[in-house]
Amino acid sequence: MTQSHRLNNIGLINRNKKISFKFNGKKLFGFEGDTLASALLANNVHLVGRSFKYHRPRGLFGAGIDEPNAKLQVVINGQSEPNINATEIELVEGISATSQNCWPSVEFDIGAINNFLKSFFPAGFYYKTFMWPKSFWYRVYEPFIRKAAGLGVGSTEKDKERYEHKYEYCDLLVTGSGPSGLASAYAAAKSGAKVILAEDKPRFGGSLLTDDVNIDNLSGKQWADKIISELKEMPNVTLKNRSQVFGYYDHNMLVMFERTGDHLEKKSKYHPRQRLWYIRSKEVILSTGSIERPIVFGNNDTPGIFLASAAKEYMKVYGVVVGKKPLIFTNNDSAYETAIEFKKNGIDPIILDTREEQDTDLINDAKNQGIKIKFSHAVAVANGYKKVKSAKIGKLNSNKTGFENIETVECDCICVSGFWTPTVHLTSQSGNKLKFNKDIDAFVPDKSKQKEITIGAANGSFTLKETIEKSFESGANVAKKLTEKEVNIQVPSVTEKKQKTHDKFWCSPLPKNENPKRFVDFQNDVSVSDIELALREGYRSIEHVKRYTTLGMATDQGRTSNLNGLQLVSNIENKIVPEVGHTTFRPPFTPVTIGTIVGREVGHHYMPTRKSPMHEWHIKNNAVFVDAGAWKRPRYYKQGNENLLEASKREAKNVRENVGICDVTTLGKIDIKGPDSAEFLNRVYTNAWMKLPVGKARYGLMLREDGMVMDDGTTTRISENHYHMTTTTAQAANVLSHLEYYLQIVWPELNVNVVSTTEQWAGAAIAGPKSRELLKKLFPDLDVSNEGLPFMGYVESSLFGVPAKIFRISFSGELAYEINVESDYGLSTWEKLMELGKELRVQPYGTEALSTLRIEMGHVAGPELDGRTIPSDVSLDGMVSKKKDFIGKRSLVKEAFIKNDRQKIVGLVPTDRKSSIPEGSHIVSDKNAKLPNPKLGHVSSSCWSVENNNPFSLAIMKDGKNMIGKKFFAVSPVHKKTIEVEVISSHYVDSKGERVRS
Amino acid sequence: MLHIKCPYCGIRSQKEFAYGGDATVKRPKLNSEVSDKEWDDFVYMRKSPRGKHTELWHHISGCRQWFKAQRDTTTHEIFETAKINEEIK
Repeated sequence: MTQSHRLNNIGLINRNKKISFKFNGKKLFGFEGDTLASALLANNVHLVGRSFKYHRPRGLFGAGIDEPNAKLQVVINGQSEPNINATEIELVEGISATSQNCWPSVEFDIGAINNFLKSFFPAGFYYKTFMWPKSFWYRVYEPFIRKAAGLGVGSTEKDKERYEHKYEYCDLLVTGSGPSGLASAYAAAKSGAKVILAEDKPRFGGSLLTDDVNIDNLSGKQWADKIISELKEMPNVTLKNRSQVFGYYDHNMLVMFERTGDHLEKKSKYHPRQRLWYIRSKEVILSTGSIERPIVFGNNDTPGIFLASAAKEYMKVYGVVVGKKPLIFTNNDSAYETAIEFKKNGIDPIILDTREEQDTDLINDAKNQGIKIKFSHAVAVANGYKKVKSAKIGKLNSNKTGFENIETVECDCICVSGFWTPTVHLTSQSGNKLKFNKDIDAFVPDKSKQKEITIGAANGSFTLKETIEKSFESGANVAKKLTEKEVNIQVPSVTEKKQKTHDKFWCSPLPKNENPKRFVDFQNDVSVSDIELALREGYRSIEHVKRYTTLGMATDQGRTSNLNGLQLVSNIENKIVPEVGHTTFRPPFTPVTIGTIVGREVGHHYMPTRKSPMHEWHIKNNAVFVDAGAWKRPRYYKQGNENLLEASKREAKNVRENVGICDVTTLGKIDIKGPDSAEFLNRVYTNAWMKLPVGKARYGLMLREDGMVMDDGTTTRISENHYHMTTTTAQAANVLSHLEYYLQIVWPELNVNVVSTTEQWAGAAIAGPKSRELLKKLFPDLDVSNEGLPFMGYVESSLFGVPAKIFRISFSGELAYEINVESDYGLSTWEKLMELGKELRVQPYGTEALSTLRIEMGHVAGPELDGRTIPSDVSLDGMVSKKKDFIGKRSLVKEAFIKNDRQKIVGLVPTDRKSSIPEGSHIVSDKNAKLPNPKLGHVSSSCWSVENNNPFSLAIMKDGKNMIGKKFFAVSPVHKKTIEVEVISSHYVDSKGERVRS
Repeated sequence: MLHIKCPYCGIRSQKEFAYGGDATVKRPKLNSEVSDKEWDDFVYMRKSPRGKHTELWHHISGCRQWFKAQRDTTTHEIFETAKINEEIK
């Protein structure tokens, strides 16, 4: 197939490089520099998709981010991606695109039946139809709607591409490289300010590439090239094309995505596909330009209907004509340039101008070139199904509410212009309110909330001379604030054609006896009649009309439809547009891939990984890891075909019978120093700390001010004014912040310093009846007897030359020690423990065995200290001092906390002594009771007791202290289990605590 | 994302900070008689003002100092930050 609609000597494409691509399975050709859209049009392909609701044939309409229809499923580099705008993707060899929302094909789509049933699909159809019966929702309605709706298909495969994030700081960010962006960036850059200029298209220049203007005797394109080449030479300027600023956040933080890969035929392995920029800019100039809006008329969604500016861009940038028999339908002067461009390329257009006969430079140009112009005329209805074939046009009556006559003219495209809408999305996102400018019938920025200004067409300035002059001034002024340098720049002379005001005409009346659909929002299939219906049904707020009809809610955010929708509502309501108001613009301005937002934080980079110094040893010894916050902890060490339960039983049993070692590096460690440390601990913990001797450890319990247990751990007095605190792995960071809060804010008079030393020390717990023997082997010169190193004792010694801290503390309930060495010695110490413990049958144990050991001992941990328990709930009231004050003490006397039937920790065993009780089960007295079955408590921790060889659980139960000996049911609907249980003491093993002191 | 001036380190991104709530709340003195209402007000009751709010921030991924900031809760504008022992005007 030849490129039938390609022109020979116009455009910025490279005709020497032919590129092949596929569309709906058909092989086509384009040129380097094309977009997918321009290449399709060069091949006279207009029909690209089906509309969302009615499955009407849809064609290309715009040439950039204004495109509402051409959302394609595109395969690039072997990866399929949905909803890609054909107008924004550059043509590269091998690209393959298919139409969406159609079956079996875009040419013949079964769903188009909806178009004939359109009277059954009014606004709010889904709300009205799928409401009842309620039970139909999940089984019938939702699957049906999901199947019928939606555009492309998301890939289920892993994204192989690389995405990156970048942080940047600058003095000035300029968004958009049209005349105002270039002029302001240039002026600011000249004063030395650090400037970033962002342009979403591959080519810089914006409207300068297509408008017929003269700046310093250069064409717009030539002048833009000159400015860009100068900016490129400046070290203080960053020029970014293919880069869309899509979000404006607090404190001048803007977010931009840069398309770095898709336009390249080949890229290296580590070359990112897209890059997300976080830009913190001292000042921002928004030069986002404007978007042409269409005029609404009958069947205005037929393929072959374009924005006039898009038709011009296809000619001037891509050398493509969108049709050979064009109708130009306008209410202003700008579309005349499109007509003249057609004429220049040998094509005769007809112009329909809704205004009465006008006399301006552009109109006279058109007349002089022999272009046929019909004033006071409008298109009423487009004819044709998959492509425009002709149009019913007519002379408007004097108040433009009807036609005086109707005639049919043949055409193969209609180029529409309903004047220009400033692109105020980013301005609005910055917090700026908008105001209505009656002269241009559109919203423009009001007062700036942040350090930004909006200039040029985005601010409603549609004359180039004014835009260029003001933009140079703005750029220089902003830069002066930042660099305090004055620059003198010769503002270029601009010649442009004077234009007359536009006609406030935005929707054609219907011809008599005809009722074609007139679309306001193409992407969401919202027509004039839908909006009328919404208003008849009583919707008034524009936000409600928007949600009911879905006007402007598609991915194009109503770029070409919002204002026409507002005009319609205000006409019907007899209000002026500013009274109707406008909907809110939110980021992202254009769709952004999830990959870009996520960046490199995928897979194991999703969050940082913390590893103990012994990590490599654990891997070598078949550890199965579990995540504990960011830490990786061995859950168990697998031997042969063991499963989790078998391995943890073996490991726990070995601790009870011989000796085990556990990596406890992850425990939080906080160094506390200063003369008031004891006093501080005394306030932080519930128990007494003033009399703890040097060389002794003590178990401590800390509360929040609301009386709930925050954390527990041991703290050891290393020397007179030096303490070593340990926290649970999970609460380490919170406890440090908590301590800092009280020291810095509440009690600044205390002379105490705290610092985290978690990562400075590697820790190993040595637990079991043979742990003393192992310790003796490690420290042959140390007195490790019960008298020499008693329970809760602390000594420092040398472990084969390595300074070590030895604590006699126990979590397992066995005779146990913890050894801390500097992290770098962690691995060698661990290996030494294994080597010397061999004949004592030492085995490493993981967190699962660790839990088993503490659960059957009745020691509480995270599942019991869940932020909802006070000390007495977990039977730690003995830890609460009655004599002194401490954080949270005042809360403990609150009525609910001293109630007689207050919840309490208990032990549970299944009556069959076999069934494991799932954690999280609820305890009920009647397993067959009607729902909601009153909950008496919940199972917090479960294990297989190795001491008693049956399941055992801890539970927090209402009035738990009086429940011992009673039977209940533990129910877990999640696990579909109901187990009869007997309540026993939470101390299932060694309830007198003799072992730890042995 | 906010840009916050730590009184010790200078302007940094919000990512480095943790929010700490109303800075005007005063903890009752240790060992003092406190009524239920006073205590509940201290533990639970917070105002949610529209406009200026003096609050605590913690430079948690920086110098780890707590400090005060006066922020507009509607616009997020930060008028002033100060060390804990300094007054906010």
